[in-house]
Amino acid sequence: MCLGIPGKVVKLEKNVAKVDVGGIVRDISIDLCPDVSVGEYVLIHTGFAIQKIDEEEAKETLELLRKMAGAI
Amino acid sequence: MKFIDEFRDKGIAEGLIRKIRKTCTRPIQLMEVCGTHTVAIFRYGIRGLLPEHIRLLSGPGCPVCVTPNKDIDLAIALSRQKDVIIVTFGDMMKVPGSTSSLQKEKAEGRDIRIIYSSLDALKIAKENPERRIVFLAIGFETTSPTIAVAMLQVKEEKIQNLFFLDSQKRVPPALRALLQSKRLGIDGLILPGHVSAILGTKPYQFISKEFGRPAVITGFEPLDILQGIWQLIQQIEENRAAIEIQYRRVVREEGNPTARSKIYEVFEEDEGIWRGLGLIPNSGYRFKESYKWMDAKNFDVEVEPTREHPECLCGEVLQGIKSPLECRLFKRVCHPENPVGPCMVSIEGTCHTYYKFQ
Repeated sequence: MCLGIPGKVVKLEKNVAKVDVGGIVRDISIDLCPDVSVGEYVLIHTGFAIQKIDEEEAKETLELLRKMAGAI
Repeated sequence: MKFIDEFRDKGIAEGLIRKIRKTCTRPIQLMEVCGTHTVAIFRYGIRGLLPEHIRLLSGPGCPVCVTPNKDIDLAIALSRQKDVIIVTFGDMMKVPGSTSSLQKEKAEGRDIRIIYSSLDALKIAKENPERRIVFLAIGFETTSPTIAVAMLQVKEEKIQNLFFLDSQKRVPPALRALLQSKRLGIDGLILPGHVSAILGTKPYQFISKEFGRPAVITGFEPLDILQGIWQLIQQIEENRAAIEIQYRRVVREEGNPTARSKIYEVFEEDEGIWRGLGLIPNSGYRFKESYKWMDAKNFDVEVEPTREHPECLCGEVLQGIKSPLECRLFKRVCHPENPVGPCMVSIEGTCHTYYKFQ
């Protein structure tokens, strides 16, 4: 029920964003994430962006995981 | 970056599993609270990859599964009113009430429609001004802000025919109830990533401060889950108890304050009734004064007396006390095509997940 999928914001119109989800562009409400910008990734839940996705944090997590996995 | 495939890397997963096996020295029980985690854990075979002395318990984190029978019965009674259209997330259709389900009622000709987003309910209300639309408002903190936005729009656009049957739940008070239960020994909690995207870390601090247990807010890809388990094991081995975030790309310490403010514009905290766990203080909501007219529980309908199947173990499965395999009905009488309890209905229910993957 709490599923969320990532998508990239390609256009903003008032409180609705056009979001690219795996090649399909959908209208997503940004009422819960009003400060999002074009080019940023958001997490989508039932038609709403509920949080911005931080690309730098994602890269850091992956880097840490690679180091941990290789450290044995 | 797609934020999905990168977190499914087999080589890194193997390295993490080796590390977990080497580090965890004692038998421990961890609970994944969230049904989305339960599905991911089974889908990627994570239970089978962990050493035998790390036991994963499935918790009550499926909003469909914890919806009490009486709310389903009320939804069914409302659907039988001629001028009512029921709108609901799809998972609720097959949930058995005392003697019927929304799916059976739809087959009988009631107007019951599946929606993807709370905003679809607004559209249906505008298209059908002569009908009363009742939205089955279920969900945890991930979904509640989206329901609140719909309610705010109803008020702003002066829509008069959209009502909400509220059965939403708040996760932290249920975790408190689980930790207080003497029947369960939980050494650490895998906390739900998307509920926490809204809540942040603060509402969970009691887990470490009052109960001395570690908890890690975890994402849903296999590497996320393995890293979350690894962080818990590290804390347990070091005798630490803190609330940590593994899912850093989505969850911030402060959560999403805008989303939380929407919830509290329309609702106040109130007791909540959970299937299996019973009444838990502050685990639900009530409508604020100026939104009370939207409460579908005000409708004057006769609801049948609530009955539950005497042998269904959903209540104990939801608390992690029993496994679906211990239920006499599992696979024999109760299966996804003929579910007896809600844990077999929801695609994130523990019984459904066991049926599909075990």
